[in-house]
Amino acid sequence: MNLGDSLYKEIILDHYRAKKNRRRMEDADLVREGANPSCGDDIELFLKLDGTTIEDCSYEGVGCSICVASANMLCEGIRGKTIDEARELGVKFRTMLTQDGPADFPEEAEDLEAMQGVKKFPVRVKCALLAWTAFEQMTAE
Amino acid sequence: MEPTVGAQNERGMEGDGRKQHSASYTAASGTVAAGGAGPAATAVGGGDGRHALVPLEDFPVLNRTMRGKPVAYLDNGATSLTPRRVIEAEADYYRELSANIHRGVYQLSEEATERFDRARRLLAEFVGAESENQVIFTRGTTESINLVGYAWGRNRLKPGDEILTTELEHHSNIVVWQEVARETGAALRFIPVDPETTALQVDRLDEVLSSRTKLVAITGMSNVTGYRPPLRRIIEAAHQVGARVLVDGAQLVSHHPVDVSSLGADFLAWSGHKMCGPTGIGALYGKADVLDEMPPFHYGGDMITRVYRDHATYADPPQKFEAGTPNIGGAIALGEAVEYLTNVGMERIAAHERALTAYAFEQLSRFPDITIYGGTDIQDRAGIVSFGLGDVHSHDTGMILDGEGVAVRAGFHCAQPLMRLLGIIGTVRAGFYLYNTAEDVDRLVASLDKVREIFG
Repeated sequence: MNLGDSLYKEIILDHYRAKKNRRRMEDADLVREGANPSCGDDIELFLKLDGTTIEDCSYEGVGCSICVASANMLCEGIRGKTIDEARELGVKFRTMLTQDGPADFPEEAEDLEAMQGVKKFPVRVKCALLAWTAFEQMTAE
Repeated sequence: MEPTVGAQNERGMEGDGRKQHSASYTAASGTVAAGGAGPAATAVGGGDGRHALVPLEDFPVLNRTMRGKPVAYLDNGATSLTPRRVIEAEADYYRELSANIHRGVYQLSEEATERFDRARRLLAEFVGAESENQVIFTRGTTESINLVGYAWGRNRLKPGDEILTTELEHHSNIVVWQEVARETGAALRFIPVDPETTALQVDRLDEVLSSRTKLVAITGMSNVTGYRPPLRRIIEAAHQVGARVLVDGAQLVSHHPVDVSSLGADFLAWSGHKMCGPTGIGALYGKADVLDEMPPFHYGGDMITRVYRDHATYADPPQKFEAGTPNIGGAIALGEAVEYLTNVGMERIAAHERALTAYAFEQLSRFPDITIYGGTDIQDRAGIVSFGLGDVHSHDTGMILDGEGVAVRAGFHCAQPLMRLLGIIGTVRAGFYLYNTAEDVDRLVASLDKVREIFG
């Protein structure tokens, strides 16, 4: 059995390598930094809003594949959603990783399911949640 | 154990020092300040690294599996595995005695005191302390450094004074001094480091060392690259300007023979769990005069001579610095670890690690996608190899190695200033000890193919 293999699914690596959302947004409405002091992951999340709708989302920074792939999935998953809808998605994702919740994501965010393997590696859960935590914090008000 | 660290001439960077050293190696011992165990070819009992120096059965963890595979344990920089007899020594204390030390008037307490005091003697002898009263039990290196920071630094330093340290340090030997500097108004300065080799630029010591320097806080061996600064030279220079020197021996003491009295360090801090002992126990060595003039660190029972309503008088070292019931079982077990290592011989351990490091350098250097941090000059390095594989994050590499049963450390190793200097966010680190073999290195190297497969 090799748990390492099951973690590094192709779909996660694709998100890790994707460049589309990995960019600084100069005209962002909301910016939030997320850091994992224990592993050196450090990302910045940018949101462009149209009212309460997320018009665009991007990130920048350094991190392991899980952290970066998760940030990219977040950007793909929440673009076009309202803040409330996006936050709901975040809760579902967090519940899947921390409370064994179901992985029934809407079609446009179905890739999040690939992160399910992360829950077997407690130290990596916070990598997967880093961008989502930043998103929750920046949209808390 | 033969006296060693600093007992001989300081080796410069030049080649003849090596020759001199290897001669002294067979005669006496590997000298830390003189560059470790000499050429790897010195076949001092398993010095070729092909076989472990001890039966693997001694270490229960090596008889289990990790992710379904035999354990290749290479995270010795973080902590060492614990031999059976050390585990038994700790258990025996609780099984047979379980009594408090020093004040009991009954046999159980007497025996506990005897075992505890014996452990201190063994530890003192192990590092070459002039007297066992100069060895203070602590929770480990971090607490030992804090002890010096609180009891010495805060009371002795003032604005205008300087603390000299390096960017090689583990956070525990930087953050303590940042705080002491902040509280006392002293300034923190750094000995320049060559980012290519992570070697200290000792030739530039004059630029940062002056009569304002009151303390030099320096590692004996980098926990990131295994680089060993020329301690004797630095200590001599520091003493010439009247500064005290604290050596962070967390890595040094567990991997090399150390003779602190001939080395001349004023303080030496180290941990038990990196030298086959249990966690939660370590020690601080201090020169007698400096320990005498220092106020206590913690206050309470066991550290007093007389207590009145409004004041108290304090015991002599080491009791002065050991308030409260200590980690008795841990201390006794650490004594056992000292005996275990001494039986094997620290010179042999150093030679063994040196051979494994050279072998790892050789194997890893074959791959163009691997960067070894600190270079591969074996002369002033030991026991640790830090590297990166392409642009793969160290945690990803570490995770995939875990799946292959290979335990390494990934990340910044509590040394962010050094990471910044190297311009990286982390490394994969393999560290060797007496139970490692060339096969562990082979497994590490082979497992890296898995990383390439996934991230290639």
